[in-house]
Amino acid sequence: MLEIRDLHATITTADGQTREILRGIDLSVPDGEIHAVMGPNGAGKSTLAHVLSGRDGYEVTAGSAMLDEQDLLAMAPEERAAAGVFLAFQYPVELPGVGNAHFLRTALNAQRRARGEAELDAVQFLKLARAEIKRLAMRDDMLKRQVNVGFSGGEKKRNEVLQMGLLRPRVAVLDETDSGLDIDALRIVAEGVNALRAPRFSALVITHYQRLLDYIVPDRVHVLAAGRIVRSGGPELARLLEAEGYAAIEQAA
Amino acid sequence: MATRAETSLLGHFTAAADAARRDAAARFARHGLPTVRDEAWKYTSLRALAEVDFTPAEAGTAPMPDLPVLRDLPDMPRLVFINGFYRADLSAPPAWAKPSTAPDLTQVAGEPFAALNTMFTQDGARLAVPAGMDAGTLLLLTLTIGDGAGGKAGAIVLASPRHRITLGAGAALSVLEITAGSGSYLHNAVLEVALGAGATLRHRRLQDEAERAFAVATLYADLAERATYDALIFTVGAALSRTEAHVALTGAGATLSLDAAQALAGRQHGDITTMLSHDAPQCRSRQTIRNVLDGAARGVFQGRIDVARAAQKTDGYQMNHALLLSPLAEIDSKPELRINADDVKCSHGATVGELDADQIFYLRSRGITEAEARSMLIHGFLAEPLGVIEDGPMRDVFDRALLRSLRTGAA
Repeated sequence: MLEIRDLHATITTADGQTREILRGIDLSVPDGEIHAVMGPNGAGKSTLAHVLSGRDGYEVTAGSAMLDEQDLLAMAPEERAAAGVFLAFQYPVELPGVGNAHFLRTALNAQRRARGEAELDAVQFLKLARAEIKRLAMRDDMLKRQVNVGFSGGEKKRNEVLQMGLLRPRVAVLDETDSGLDIDALRIVAEGVNALRAPRFSALVITHYQRLLDYIVPDRVHVLAAGRIVRSGGPELARLLEAEGYAAIEQAA
Repeated sequence: MATRAETSLLGHFTAAADAARRDAAARFARHGLPTVRDEAWKYTSLRALAEVDFTPAEAGTAPMPDLPVLRDLPDMPRLVFINGFYRADLSAPPAWAKPSTAPDLTQVAGEPFAALNTMFTQDGARLAVPAGMDAGTLLLLTLTIGDGAGGKAGAIVLASPRHRITLGAGAALSVLEITAGSGSYLHNAVLEVALGAGATLRHRRLQDEAERAFAVATLYADLAERATYDALIFTVGAALSRTEAHVALTGAGATLSLDAAQALAGRQHGDITTMLSHDAPQCRSRQTIRNVLDGAARGVFQGRIDVARAAQKTDGYQMNHALLLSPLAEIDSKPELRINADDVKCSHGATVGELDADQIFYLRSRGITEAEARSMLIHGFLAEPLGVIEDGPMRDVFDRALLRSLRTGAA
C-alpha cells in the first residue's frame, strides 16, 4: 500500500523565491487499486509524481510517503525503483546512442540485483521482452531502436508502458501519460495498465482530462487543487468534473 | 636557445650518409620542437617535453609486454613492432606482406615530428597490396617499452617507427592498428598511406599508450581517383598525444571518412589535427570528432580543409562534439576552410555539452545507479564512432579500451 501523509514540498524558483507546491497531501492507494489524481494546471499534479520518484529540485518540508514499510522519501531514485515505484513520464527522455534493449535489460537487472535476485542473460531477457511486446501489440523493432530517439509521441508513451510491463512495479505513477495521445495510442496505454492489474499492483494515474479514465476505470478519484486533495470519490467524480469543470469543485471544497 | 630535449635529440643524431636524414636534421636544428607560438601548435604545449633527455630506441628481444589491451586480441595475421623495430618472432605476417628493414625516406615531409622521425627511424611495416587483391584484415601492433629499454639513466626512450601502406588499383585492406606501451617514452610514428584508383583502406586505430607516454603520430595519405579511405582514430591513452593527419584527395571521386574519438581524464591532453587537401573534383570528405573529457583533461581539434580551384563539386563536412564531464575539462576547436573553387559544399560545426540531468534522472528512475547511468550516456555519446567498427572481436578491443579508460577517469 502506498501511503502519503501530510506531504508538503517546495521549489525554489530561478529568482530565488521559495514556493510551496504541495501543501499537505493525504492519499492512500491500497494494493490492487487504481486511483486517479485530477486537477487543474498548476495544482501540483506533476510535482506529486516527481516527489514520489525522487527527482531533484524539490524540497520535502513535511510529511511522509511510504510504500509498505519503506520510507520512499529517504531513498535515492534508483532505490525507489527497486522497491517497486515506477514513474511513467509525461515527457519521456531521448537517450541518443543507447539501445532500447540494452536500456531495458540494464534497468531490469539493476533492480533484480538490488533485490538480491538473479540477473537475466541476453537470451532470457529477449524472450521476456518479446513476450511483453506481443502482449502490448507493439512492433518488434521497438527493441532495436535508440531509447525514444525519433519516436512519435505515441511511441514514447508505449515505450513507457513497455518498461512498466517489464519492470512489474508495485506501484506505477502515470504522470499525464495521456497528454498528446490520439485515441488509438490512448487505448494501448490503457490496456497496458489494465493488463497489469493484480493484487500486488497499484497505480496512481495523474491526468488533466477525464478521457483516459474511460479506458482505465479507477477505483477512486481524487481532486488536487492548490497543493491539497480537495475531494475524493468514485469514478463518477471524474465525469462530474468533465461536465462541470474544476472551478465548481474547488468552490464547493 | 635550444631546449634540453632539442640538444639531446641532435646529440644523438649521427651524421648519416643519407641525404634525407641530414636534411631532416638540419631542419630540426633550425626549427626545433614546435611551441605554442607556432600556429599549428597553438593549443598543444610541448613544455612537458622540453627538459627531457632522449635515447633513441635500439632493436631488442624483449618479450611481449603484458598490457590489458593485448589480452584477447582477435586471431588474425599480425605484425608486431616493439620500440620501432619489427619482431619476426612475435609476428604472423600474411603471405603478401613483406616487412622490410629498409626505411623509405623518399617522401620527407616538413612537419617537425616527421622530420624527427626521418632522423631516427630504422624500421616500419611495409604493406603493399597488389592491384585487385582483397587482403583481408591485418593487426598492426606498435608497442613501446619505456622503462629499462633506454641506455642513459634519466633519459626516455624515443621510438620512431615509419609504416607505409600502399594499395594497388582496386585493392582492399582492413588494418586494426593498436599503439600501446609501458613506462615513459616518446612514440613518434609516421604512417604513409597511398591508395590506388578504386582501392579501399579501412583503418581502425586505437591509441592506448602508457599513462606517462608522449605520443605523436603523423599520417600522410594520398587518395587516387575513386579510392576510399575509411579511418577511425580512437584515443584513450598517453599523457600528451597528437594525431596529425594530412590527407590529399588527388584523384577525382575519392572518398574520405576520417572520424575520431577521444576519451580522456586526469591531466591528459589529446590533440587531433587534420589537414585535408581536396585537389580533384567530386571528392567527398566526412569528419566527425567526439571528445569525452573528464578531470582536467584537454581535447583539441583543429581541422583544415583546402579546396583547390580544380576541385569542383567537393563535398566536405566536419563536426566536433565534446562532452565535458568536469568543470576543469576543456575543449579547443578550430575549423579552417580555405576554398578556392566556386561549386563546393563544405560545412563545419562544433557542439559542447555536459551530461544531461534529465537523462540521468530518467535512467535512475528505472533503477539504474547514477554511476551506471553516466557510463551508459557516455557510451551513447560514443556509439556513433564505435558503431563504425564492425561487430566482433575488433569491436570488443575498442569497447574494452573505452571501459578501462572510463574506469580510470572515475577513480
